[in-house]
Formats: sequence, C-alpha cells, structure tokens
Amino acid sequence: MSEVTEYKKILPEELYRKLDSFVEDLGIDSKDPRKKGYLIQVLHKAQSLFGYLPEEVQKFVARKLGVCHSEVSGVISFYNFFTTLPKGKVNISICMGTACFVRGSEKVLKEFENFLHIKSGGVTSDGKFSLDVLRCVGACGLAPVVMVGDRVYGNVNPKMVGDIMTDCIKLANSMEENK
Amino acid sequence: MVKQVRIALRNCGRVNPESIEDYINARGYEALVTCLFDKKPADVINIITESGLRGRGGGGFPTGIKWKAAAAEVSDEKFIICNADEGDPGAFMDRAVLEGDTHSVLEAMTIAGYSVGADKGIIYIRAEYPLAIERIKKAIEISKEYGFLGKNILGTEFSFDIELKYGAGAFVCGEETALIASIEGKRGEPVVKPPYPAQKGLWGKPTIVNNVETFANICPIILNGKDWFRSIGTQKSPGTKVFALAGKINNVGLIEIPMGMTLRNVIDNIGGGIRDGKEFKAVQTGGPSGGCITRENLDTPIDYDNLLSIGSMMGSGGMIVMDEDDCMVNFAKFFLEFTIDESCGKCAPCRVGNKRLLELLEKVTNGQATEEIIPQIEQLCATIKKASLCGLGQTSPNPVLSTLRYFRNEYDEHIKDKKCRSKVCKALLKYEIVPDKCNGCTRCARSCPVQCISGKVKEVHTIDQKACIKCGVCYTNCKFNAIIVS
Repeated sequence: MSEVTEYKKILPEELYRKLDSFVEDLGIDSKDPRKKGYLIQVLHKAQSLFGYLPEEVQKFVARKLGVCHSEVSGVISFYNFFTTLPKGKVNISICMGTACFVRGSEKVLKEFENFLHIKSGGVTSDGKFSLDVLRCVGACGLAPVVMVGDRVYGNVNPKMVGDIMTDCIKLANSMEENK
Repeated sequence: MVKQVRIALRNCGRVNPESIEDYINARGYEALVTCLFDKKPADVINIITESGLRGRGGGGFPTGIKWKAAAAEVSDEKFIICNADEGDPGAFMDRAVLEGDTHSVLEAMTIAGYSVGADKGIIYIRAEYPLAIERIKKAIEISKEYGFLGKNILGTEFSFDIELKYGAGAFVCGEETALIASIEGKRGEPVVKPPYPAQKGLWGKPTIVNNVETFANICPIILNGKDWFRSIGTQKSPGTKVFALAGKINNVGLIEIPMGMTLRNVIDNIGGGIRDGKEFKAVQTGGPSGGCITRENLDTPIDYDNLLSIGSMMGSGGMIVMDEDDCMVNFAKFFLEFTIDESCGKCAPCRVGNKRLLELLEKVTNGQATEEIIPQIEQLCATIKKASLCGLGQTSPNPVLSTLRYFRNEYDEHIKDKKCRSKVCKALLKYEIVPDKCNGCTRCARSCPVQCISGKVKEVHTIDQKACIKCGVCYTNCKFNAIIVS
C-alpha cells in the first residue's frame, strides 16, 4: 500500500482518529479473506461520526480495510441508510410506509416541504434542517409517523406541522447554544 | 368467533425481555435442554418437519426441509442466520418479537445450530431498530454467563455463538441470497438459486436463513410436540401467523391468529370495524409483493395457499385496510414506486420494466391513457414476472395485477371517464363553486396560488378550469362549503 497518493482531508482529524481506533479494536486480520464483512459495520460507525460519507471518508475506510475505493462507494450507493451529502443539524423524516401512506403521510410531507421551502431529500440553506422520507419505522399503529432525531411523533396531520416545527426550531437553537 | 392464539408472541408483554430469570420461569431454555440431552439432531429436524411449520417471512417454505438440506451437507463450517431485516413497509412483528422476547430467538437459533451442526449464528438486523439491537446484545451476554450460549453449552460438546450484523436499508436484502451478500460486505444483490444457501451460503458454506417469527415458533413446537402444533391452524398451514393490522381500521396493532381464520372475523371482530363508519374496500397483504383481498373474498380462510389462489400472498404479515377514500390505481402506483426505489438494478426486467410500468400507470392517473393501455400493462406485468431474477422482481407486478383483477372498473373510470371516484388522482379532479352557496367573501380568490378564481366582492366567484392546478387550497379555505370536488 506504499503507492497510495495522499488525498485531501478537510473533516476534523479527531473524528478520523476515533474511526481509526474503532477499526483497530475490531482486530481485523489484513490477510483474512472475509475482512470485507466488516465494511458495512465500519461505514455505520463512520456515518455516525461524520454525519455523512463524502469521498475523503470513503477513501480513508477503503485504505484502512484494504479494499478498493470503488467497492466502498458501490456499497454506499446501494444502501438507503448511507448518504454522501451532509444532513441538516435537525433531520426530519416522514414515514412513507404503507400504513402511513394510507393514513395521509403524503399530505404531511407536502406541508413540511411548504414550510421549509425544500423538497424531500433537501437541506435548508442555513444547514439547520433537512427533510427526508423513510420506509416504515415499525410504528404503524401510530400512523402517520414523523421522526425528528430520536423523537417520534405519532398520528400526525398537516395541522400539527407548525407545532412540530416549533419543537425543531427549539432543538436546533439548543444545539447551537451547546456548541 | 375464533379468538387470537399466541405462539410467536406468547411472551411479548408477559415476561420482562431483559430478565433471563423471567424467561426461564416461562419455560425458557427448556426446549434447548430437551434437545441437547434427550434428542439427536435428526430427531429435532424430524419434529420440525412433521410439525409442518412453514417459513413466516413470506414464501412459506417448509422449515424442516431447509434444515434437513443443510444438515445433510458435509462442511467444516455452517451458519444459522436470523433474518431480522424487516423491510416490508407496514409490518413490525419481527421487531415486537426481538424486543419483547429476545431470548426465544437466541434459543431457537441455538437449537437450529445443534440440529444442522452449525456453531455460528448471525442476526441480520435493521439499523433502524436500536432498542432491539440493545436487547439482543444484552441477551447474548447474559445467556453466555448462564451457559446457554458460547463454548460447550450446558457442559456438552456443542458450542454455538451468535453475533449481530447490521442492515443499511435495502428491501431486497430480505431475499436470502441478497442478505448473505450484504453480510459479506457487498451490495445486496441476489444471485440465481440453486445452489441454495443450505448448500452454498455465507462465505460459500451451508447456511440456513430463517425469519424471526419462524424462530419464535421453534421452542413451543419442541416443548408441546408436533401434534399440538398441527392441531392449530389448517392442514397445509399449521400454526398461527402474526399480522400487523393497520390502515383505516379501529384497532390497529399486532394480532396473532390461527391459520384458517377468515378476514371478515379479523376485520369485524378483532379490528373493530372500519374507522369513521366508512365503507370497507379492500385489504392489502404481502406488502409490495402482494395483492388485495376484496369484499367477495372476506370469507376465505387465511393461509399460504388460499391467499396465493386469490392473487395475494402471505408475505411477512402486513395487513393494510383500505376504505372508500382510497384510490386503487394510486395504491398500485405507491407500491410500484417502492419497488423501483428498492430494485437492486441487477436484472433489466425489474430495473427497466417496473419503471415503464409506472409510466403507464401515471398515464392512467393523469388522464392521458386510452383503452389500449390495459393490454399493454398486462403484457408488461407478465414479462416482469417471468423474466426477473429474484423474488422482488417476480412479484413486483402483483399489486398492479391484483388491483386490475378486482378493481377493473376503477381503472376504466380513470381511462374512459377521466374520473377518480375516491378523489385522489389530482389531474382528474374538478373544483367548482356552487353559486347558491358562494356569498362572495373573496377568501378563495385571495388564497389561490395561481390567481385563477375571479369575482367581485359579495358576488358569486368562478374558477378558471384551464388555469386551475388542483391544489385544493380554495376547497380547504372556503368556510361556506361552496366549493365541490368531482
């Protein structure tokens, strides 16, 4: 691996160190033909640290595990959970599972889109909020469901969007202060 | 009225999932002890085979036969995989079992390991289920302390270990070969069977993949015997099935019913009828691979084979109830959009075919379709079913075919009359102002985003149909119910 060209890293070095020690702790044998089995686990960790998986992180993981960058990138693009774009500080997810769909989650999504002036999958220009849809959180009894971070809002209708956004703004502000 | 019977969910909400003592008090690990000390591996497989247990993940393949196939293989290594990548939108029974009765899954996997000669188990779970993950981790740790898991279980020669692997959001990974690819750190693309995983699975070794609910049935069968299990349910589908009842029904949530119960019983008695006194239209089972059950089939006993014969399937157990306000064409479109999102893209019939199919359906809901479109849709569906590589593609046209079969009249209305009776398909709607009710308050005109409503104050307003974008803002804003949709 001596021929590898250096690549630019702009994300915090400290996070890279954390990821590095996480991989070290897994105790992967570089000659193990099954070492690729750790890839998804490492990517989960990387995304939880950085928030997203841009090219520089992909290259770091590829080099660390001794697999091709193209393979890492291929895995990331395949799975919905992984993202190569940063999300907002507060991420709002609308469940589009069948139960939620039947109970009107499309209208809820529209309302959020109107409120934030972004489409599903987008981030607001100030980087505070992002909006996406997910496929079933397994809370179909509460349909339609909206998730803000770890918090779950159940039986949501378009009229509740304003109140949920009030919570989101408070959350974003408190995150700002803690910084 | 037949009541619910709890086998898979027997401990959920009754024992503390974080306490192994509670589980042991509820006859926990008794089945494992019985197997290890009183039964040979082949005996265990025979019990499971003769019980008639079929895979609860959807396909309904006999569990015992899968185990037998893996047991027959000679290999230095075999794997038991628990498929907990619950991807069917609208189903959450696996999460309930993993969170509410964690040990029973570990115990059943260990029994499976003993039966086929595997020493390694893997639970492939969705990363979206953090509580389940936490409980499994704790349960693995404590069972090792008690000697139910790990090296030389209960002092015997048999060793078995279980580890967790995380999914990353891909519906196709519910297919066993795709799931195995994902555990190997690859894109979760399915491969052609045979060889079946029982012969060549994870890392090329014999592997059993069973669903969470299937595992949840193992211990009760060992404890109570095959005859007990066969006494519940129907002859070809013994036992129970857990369904996630959701949608337009009064009582939503998980139910566990003996196979053979009628849908009418489920909806009227367990579900408490349709919400807001509306009219029942259909139930969708089998998720994106399934189909609809309509009023005429309400008295069909629910089991694997009956559901297939009426154009639906068991699936993992999502049961979505729809009422008169749901447009069936739009509903078929919803599932197709899901399939397109989740298609892995490996084979063209699924990748391209479903996209083209969606375009045809969009023509129907946009009012641009002519009558020739139905045969086109049918032909494309047949091709996708026949030519796709894996279960996802082969079943993806089912929601379309099923709605075409039972709701042809709704398709015809969209195509010929350009009407959507459930008032869902926007392009086909027409907003009009009823002159008698309009008092000229101007509220609608002020709120219209494209300024297509005209009229003077205190005079009747009109909507310019050509300019109207059918957003419905005027309809929601009018305080005098003067706007009607047709």
